[in-house]
Amino acid sequence: MTTDDGGTGPGSAGWGPDEVRERVREFLAAHDPAVTERTEFLRARFDAGLAWAHFPVGLGGLGAPRSLQAVADAELAAAGAPDNDPQRIGIGLGMAAPTILRYGTPEQKERFLRPLWTGEEVWCQLFSEPGAGSDLASLRTRAVRDGDTWVVDGQKVWTSSAHTARWAILIARTDPDVPKHRGITYFVCDMTAPGVEVRPLRQITGEAEFNEVFLTGVRIPDAHRLGDEGDGWRVAQATLMNERVAIGGNPLPREGGMIARAAAVWRERPELRTLQLHDRLLELWVEAEVARLGAERVRQQLAVGAPGPEGSGLKLAFAGLNQRISGFEVELLGEDGLRYEDWTMVRPEKVDFYGRDAGYRYLRAKGNSIEGGTSEILRNIIAERVLGLPAEPRNDKDVAWKDLPR
Amino acid sequence: MTGSPDLLYSDVEDDLRAAVRDVLADHCPPAAVLARCESAQPYDMALYRRLAADLGLAGLTVPEQAGGQGASARELAVVMEELGRAVAPVPFLGVAMATAVLAVADAPQTLKRIAAGELPAAVAVPLTTTPGAAFPAAVRAGADGALTGRVTSVADVSADGVLLVPATGPDGPGLFEVPVGAAGVRVEPVVSLDLTRPVAHVVFDGAAGRAVAGAGTAARALEAGLLAGAGLLASEQLGVAERCLEMTVAYLGERRQFARVVGSFQAVKHRLADLWQEVVSARAAARAAADALAVSSPDAPVAVSVAQAYCSRVAVHAAEECVQLHGGIGMTWEHPAHLYLKRAKADELALGTPGRHRALLAAAVRLPPPAPES
Repeated sequence: MTTDDGGTGPGSAGWGPDEVRERVREFLAAHDPAVTERTEFLRARFDAGLAWAHFPVGLGGLGAPRSLQAVADAELAAAGAPDNDPQRIGIGLGMAAPTILRYGTPEQKERFLRPLWTGEEVWCQLFSEPGAGSDLASLRTRAVRDGDTWVVDGQKVWTSSAHTARWAILIARTDPDVPKHRGITYFVCDMTAPGVEVRPLRQITGEAEFNEVFLTGVRIPDAHRLGDEGDGWRVAQATLMNERVAIGGNPLPREGGMIARAAAVWRERPELRTLQLHDRLLELWVEAEVARLGAERVRQQLAVGAPGPEGSGLKLAFAGLNQRISGFEVELLGEDGLRYEDWTMVRPEKVDFYGRDAGYRYLRAKGNSIEGGTSEILRNIIAERVLGLPAEPRNDKDVAWKDLPR
Repeated sequence: MTGSPDLLYSDVEDDLRAAVRDVLADHCPPAAVLARCESAQPYDMALYRRLAADLGLAGLTVPEQAGGQGASARELAVVMEELGRAVAPVPFLGVAMATAVLAVADAPQTLKRIAAGELPAAVAVPLTTTPGAAFPAAVRAGADGALTGRVTSVADVSADGVLLVPATGPDGPGLFEVPVGAAGVRVEPVVSLDLTRPVAHVVFDGAAGRAVAGAGTAARALEAGLLAGAGLLASEQLGVAERCLEMTVAYLGERRQFARVVGSFQAVKHRLADLWQEVVSARAAARAAADALAVSSPDAPVAVSVAQAYCSRVAVHAAEECVQLHGGIGMTWEHPAHLYLKRAKADELALGTPGRHRALLAAAVRLPPPAPES
């Protein structure tokens, strides 16, 4: 599942691990990380094409295969170079950037990609709405053209980083008179513009990772439209596909991720062991190892430029597994499972599914089968697009959005 | 990808798969498999020779200087996938285990004949034997190699084949080769759950065995055979599961009820999507086991037990879903779904149940059981 035009396209010829290492050496000779200010260093790294190897020359890349970025990252890390704190700017890196690369104008690429990658400008995503979750295409946030600008009114939800973001990727309805998928346009929204109001959305963990965003008469210049008017749904597909890869696709070592904590508790607390829990732990251990191998196999397919449909299932597999393992861990802990670290409402800058305590992990994992495409929708996608089974009969495809039953 | 097993298929493996699939399409259609399993000859030895001798598959992992093809468990695993897809009634698992045993034991002439596809072979242990099990005590060997005892539930016993028999004699554990047709060997057929890989009890009543491994190597040779067999079985289970999923998806794409294609109902689609994900995962697990065996990785016992614990369940689940989602037709003798169900369920028991493999993993990955109550 290569979801942008990275990978092994034309222009990748001539780049191998040795050439990348040489480029890193030259770069480090000119920019000593020990004495260079962090932002300055990251900007220079972007300009040297060492940000994302598969992006074009001039936009932080080398036009090289995507897999070579790992070589550059390893060399730079070994030299003690700062990174761009990718966890903090995941939405920008994983979703906004590939979409801008694919659909943006030259001016948009030039303006947005560098500060996005260096982390100087944080991005968020204004997609979901209270009335448009799995059925995202039914969204009702309106954008109305007014000369060279668009005026946006509506409400978005489940927006992580909205309170720190400088920019958002936004989809809004620009034509209510055509069927829902065809009347949507994709924009870049300035989060500091008048009429943008961000409110924290507290979730079952007690934290507020996410926000509600209210848009009232927000003006967006037409120059910040991404893709054609009415083509926003297609543009959004590129974003969403990358989101699922980002959520399911991290390579893990054996016994990495959620199972690490359960296994550690088992080893450290022999008094908690029972025969019944033992067999369940091993079942989960096996499933975690198999899921890890599945992700590794997808990674190997991408590395040789032969992506298959297998990537579609990674998020589905990890969501279920994370939930079962974290639930097991709370149960294993016995009396300690009755406690919770802290319900105080905080706004974490980074989210670690495997962080905090067992209760947190159990509760946070519940979101894994909802965020970025529910497991139910993912099963539909696999059944229809991979297995080729027919869609359920629908009554919303050929009806103008404004005439849909509500 | 240092440290990671190669989980993909090579071009050579893809070509091998195509060749095996062609032969099975021509010579092992479901109707023929069904007809054979009620005949007096449940194993199709003509098909076996075509695969073993003509395609050279019996000696796939045997070194070239020993008369084989010099390939590895990776290629053999691809063959097992295809045999699983076809629930082919050939004694191939037994041969694969025997060649792994003889890679450690010493019987070059026998190995050469097995590798050439002339001599079917099986290891005389119950099919349920788990890697790491204690050396079997079912058969005693006299000082002259005369074998006495009874081994139950042995798979892949061929009338014109050879058995590798673990037996304990005056010098301790040993492995003995004895032709199935030799004097003092009696095969007692068993009405088997798995119609396409029936088991039999084998009685040794003073049969003349030839020692191929003595006390120093017998246990190691047997363990090599069990580990290879368990690892390769995971690929067979993958093939069984994959074919069950394909059959079910194809059927549900055509079958209509309530004026709709049944495969358009979400309740059905979600089950198939989950099954697809299991099959995808099983492939990764089976490939990891095959690769670990191929490179003799020290991690092979873990990779094999992970694959067995996982793929056994997936094959059974796929076959059970195949029967259920075919509805009434899936319950008939005429439809091949039951052949897959029976193979999958027997495979779950073969070479260690998922539970036994999890117990092996508990020791291997340091997740010990609770201490016994005192």
